[in-house]
This record gives sequence, structure tokens and C-alpha cells, in this order.
Amino acid sequence: MRGGREVFEGVNFTVAGGEALAVTGRNGAGKTTLLRLIAGLLEPAQGRLELTGGAADATLPEQAHYLGHRDALKPALSVQENLAFWHAFFGGHDASAAGALETVGLADLAGLPAAYLSAGQRRRLAIARLIAAPRPIWLLDEPTAALDTAGQGRLVELMRAHLDHGGLIVAATHGPLGLGGVKELRLGDPVPPAATGGGEKSAP
Amino acid sequence: MTALWAILLRDMRIAVRIGGGALMGVLFFLAVVTLIPFAIGPDQALLRKIGPAILWLGALLASLLGLDRLFAADHEDGSLDLILMGAASLELTVAAKGLAHWITTGLPLVLAVPVLGLLLDLDPLAIGAVALTLLAGTPALTFIGMIGAALAVALRRGGLLLPVLVLPLTVPVLIFGVSAAETAVIGPLMFGTPFLILCALTLMSLVIGPFAAAATLRQGLD
Amino acid sequence: MALIDLANPTRFLNFAERVLPWLVAATLFAFAIGLEQALFVAPDDYQQGATVKIMFLHVPCAWLGMFCWGLMTVAALGTLVWRHPLADVAAKAAAPIGAAFTFLCLFTGSMWGRPMWGTYWQWDARLTSVLVLFIMYLGLIALWRSVEDPGRAGRAAAVLTLVGAVNLPIIKFSVDWWNTLHQPASVFRIGGPTIDKSILVPLFAMAIAFTLLFLTLHLAAMRNEILRRRVRSMQMLRVFADEDMRQIESRA
Repeated sequence: MRGGREVFEGVNFTVAGGEALAVTGRNGAGKTTLLRLIAGLLEPAQGRLELTGGAADATLPEQAHYLGHRDALKPALSVQENLAFWHAFFGGHDASAAGALETVGLADLAGLPAAYLSAGQRRRLAIARLIAAPRPIWLLDEPTAALDTAGQGRLVELMRAHLDHGGLIVAATHGPLGLGGVKELRLGDPVPPAATGGGEKSAP
Repeated sequence: MTALWAILLRDMRIAVRIGGGALMGVLFFLAVVTLIPFAIGPDQALLRKIGPAILWLGALLASLLGLDRLFAADHEDGSLDLILMGAASLELTVAAKGLAHWITTGLPLVLAVPVLGLLLDLDPLAIGAVALTLLAGTPALTFIGMIGAALAVALRRGGLLLPVLVLPLTVPVLIFGVSAAETAVIGPLMFGTPFLILCALTLMSLVIGPFAAAATLRQGLD
Repeated sequence: MALIDLANPTRFLNFAERVLPWLVAATLFAFAIGLEQALFVAPDDYQQGATVKIMFLHVPCAWLGMFCWGLMTVAALGTLVWRHPLADVAAKAAAPIGAAFTFLCLFTGSMWGRPMWGTYWQWDARLTSVLVLFIMYLGLIALWRSVEDPGRAGRAAAVLTLVGAVNLPIIKFSVDWWNTLHQPASVFRIGGPTIDKSILVPLFAMAIAFTLLFLTLHLAAMRNEILRRRVRSMQMLRVFADEDMRQIESRA
């Protein structure tokens, strides 16, 4: 439900470690809502989300990274300070913050105020957050938006590396992810009557 | 632990960098204290008598400043979503934010009391009493206020909603704070009772505030 | 070199570099004369003794606090009406200096009044007006700091400065009225009803010295602000350059 309105129903999917699920559909079909549901930011009116495997003492949201439309950057802080904060908050290993900046190509701008970044650079900094503190599940909402071709290529590499390590990706997207071997969940299409609401994810 | 430390330092850093932070609260405090004599006249004796009350009122109103930004800024840029997904407990995280707010807003108000006390011609004992009671009471103001801040974010309402919600809750703190400050001048025996109650109120708010705010934030985001 | 030439920041920086040493020297010289006059030539007050000499600090500071707002008002018009490039630099640089002089005025006034009043503060008309002016200065500085972009901050501050300029006489008038309302008898006039010539000359000397001090500080502050903005531009260029490089690389 969003604002009292039912967004979707009868959604059913399974994603396993090393797999990626692309959630497609027209605007307003509920792609963002589904991602936020998985992230634990929304309660489903009906149905359940099940996680098999993964860390026993952590909930699903605590093992997931959410890359939403907004980049969660503080303009008053520098590029490095922004990333260092999320790195500390999500409990990353010591070296990974600097390495993450290198990987997304923002190492040169580390000391500059985040306020001056363009949309693409902000997106890259947000992506750096994903690799600065590893978590098995990636929930990405239109991750390639605002990225140029090089940036998109880099992101695909990162996603491929994540899947190879046994991670899981659920991405809302308009176009193809460029990954290959991706399952698709299309929202907004009529659902066969036999299906029931629910979703399953399994992580290593 | 690192996560809580990280959020405490980040909030303090941001508060100090943009728009003055600590200085805004103190400036508002100064403005309020200056306005009162314009309203009631420059009668020194009267001002000295109600001085502790003026200072407490000014500090209370100044404390509420910046409280609406406590969660609103994080909500607007998407940080709040991520904070909700953190491994650290939300109650502790919210408490860390409250602590950052108190250090950057509440504590400077306490430090400003000696100067403002001079404007109202308070004697050193009265100034000390007001400062001490504010030191004990301003954390309560922040931690009670954060409940209103969380409600304002969850309900998507800004403006005067937060002060309207929070002011009644701060009445006990105000009553015992001013009472303690005034009785300090009369004699230390009378000071103890209201002061201890004030401390108790603060300790309660340190627990109730984060729990209520966290529960609100979990409910409200959609 | 016409004044208009100074509109170019680089020219202004060169001008500032050349002029500053002379200004500093002139300020020191003026203070030497002023202090000598104030301390040794001016007579003690029969009632207050030597403490009356705080007046030689207090009055020039008051004068400068108000002069500074006048200068910022002109700068504000420069920003809003004539679009002079350095007008908002002048305004931003002036605000903290004006606030400092206003604070000094309050502080010296308080020190001066303490022996007479028995308290550090008296809600009399003049001191109270200066206190309100001080709060307005601080508000203006807070406004400057709250907007990141210097151009936008400059325009907002210019509006506030003009509003303040219009309001200051009104505030002064109403505070005077409030004061007579509550204290019908004239209690204590700092500086006395008439100023004897033996006091006037040292006062004048100190006023000139303080004004030179203000100009020196202001010029240095303007130079610093221009340099600060240059750093900001360079930082932004570095960020843009990174983006451009990536665009070029991705097409290569």
C-alpha cells in the first residue's frame, strides 16, 4: 500500500546467491515500493519475505545495501568524509574506504566538498558506499541513472564481481542491466490466479 | 560502537560547518533575553528577580531551534533510510544524534549564561545556579524535543507543529529548573529537592526520548 | 587609476597588496598620537577620575559600529542596484569587523559604567540601541554563513542590510522613547552634556586612528575573501574537470 492505495499484489519471486533479479515495469508500477519492502522500510499489507541462509543474528535489512533515488550525501562534508561515515556506520574493513573511492574513480576529489559534485559523481560516490562495507544483498533502484557510459560499465563490473562472490542483486530498472543471465520480474502485468503473494531470497 | 561514534562525530561536524550551528542558538538566546526588558521595562530590580526565569525560557526556546532539522535533513537526502538499515540499534543511533545536538546547541547555551546573566544584573550565585540547572536540564529539552522531531518527519509536517507538540512536555523541566535556580539563592537546603527532580527528569528523557523517536521513525516512513 | 578599475578582483588584489603596508603604518602612527593625547593631554574627570578615559575607546567604537553599517548599506546598493562585482565582497568583509567594534563599544561601555552604576549593565537608551545593533550584526553574519553560494548570499545579505539601515533610526527612536517612558529623569549621560575642547581633540585623534584601523582591517578582509572565493572556484573547477575527463575518455 502506498498512501492507502494498493500498489501491487500477487508478486512472487525467488532469488538465490549469485543471482540477479531485474524488476521492470512502467513508472508507478511499484518497483521502488518493492525494493523498499525488501529493505524493511515498508511493511507489506499481506504476504511475507523470507531469507534462508545468511547471518543468523541479523535481519534482512541489516544484510542489505539500498541504493535509492537519493544519494544520502551531506553537502557540508567532503567526498572522503561522506564515504568514511558510511564505511564506519556499516562496519567496513579498515582499508576498504580508500579502495572504494579508487574503484569508482573519485580518489582525486577526495578532499573536495561533496556540494560541488555533479549528478553522475554523486551517484558514483553512492555506489562507493556499496563496496566500502560489504553486505550480501544489493537493492538497487535504477542504478544506472545519471551515469555516463563509462560509469555504467564500471557498475556492471562491480555487480558482476558481487555476484561472483555469492552476493544477490535485486535491481529496479527500465532498460537491460547489461549483466547477462538475469531473471526478470515484471510488475504491473496481470497475474495468473494460482499465484499467491510472497517472495523468497536465499543468501550463502 | 564505531557506528554510534561515527554518527555522533558526523552530526557535530555538520552542525559546526553550516550556518553557524552553535552560534545560532546562542544568538537566539541573546535576542530573547534582550526582548524581555523591552516588553516589561528596564526595571533592574524586577529583572534581577525574574532573571533566572528569563534565562530558562530563552534557553528552552533556543533549544527547540534546530530540533526540527534533527531528522528532517537526513530524511530529505535519503540518509534516514540507510540509518534504519544499520546494524546498530536505532534507539542508540537516535540517542547519538540527540547527544550531538545537545553538545552543539544545548551546551553553548549553558556557556552563554554568565554573559547574559550580566545583562540581567544577576549576582554570581544566581548565575551559577542557572548555569548548573541548565546544564542538567538542557539534555532533557533535547531528548524530549526529539520525539517531536521524529513525529514531524513521520507526519511530513513542519512549521510550528514540533514546538506545539513539545512545549507541554517540557513544562516539568522548566518548573523544576527555574525553581532550583531560584532556591539556590535562598539557600542550599532548598536547592537540592528541585534539582534532584530535574536530574531525574533528564535521566528519564534520555531513555524515553530515543525509544519514542525510534518507534515513530520506524512506523512513519513510507 | 579610476575607481572602476578596482572592480576587477585581480587589480584589486594588487591594489590591496600595495596599499596595506601604508595603511598599517598610518594606523600605528595615528594610534600613537591618539593615545598620547588621550592618556596624557586630556584631563581627568572631576567625578569619575581617570576611568573617564575609557570614553576614548568607547565613543570611537560606537561611531565605527554605525559607520560600518552605513558602509555595508552602500555596498548593498552596489550589489543590488549597480551590480558592482566587489560590492558583496566589501559587505561580507565588513560585517565581522563592524560586529567586533560594536561589541567593543558594549564592553567598554560596561566597564566604564561599572564604577558608576555598580552593575555591569544598565538598560539605558544608548547602550540598549547598540545591543540591538550588535544582534543585527550577528544575524547578518549568520545569514552570510548559511548560504553556500557567495552570489546568492550576497544578495540576501544586501536586502537584510538595507532593511536594517531603514530600521535602525526607527529602533533608536523607539528605544529612546521606551527609556524615557520608564526613567523620566535623565540618569546618566555617558560623555556628559557638553564636550570641552580639551577632550574633543583627543577624541578626534582617536576617532581617526580607529577609522584607519577599520579601513586596514577591511581592506585585508576583502583581500582574504577574494582569495577564499578563488579557492572555491578552483575546487569547483577540479570537480568539473574530473567529469570532463571521464567524458573524453569514455568517447576515446
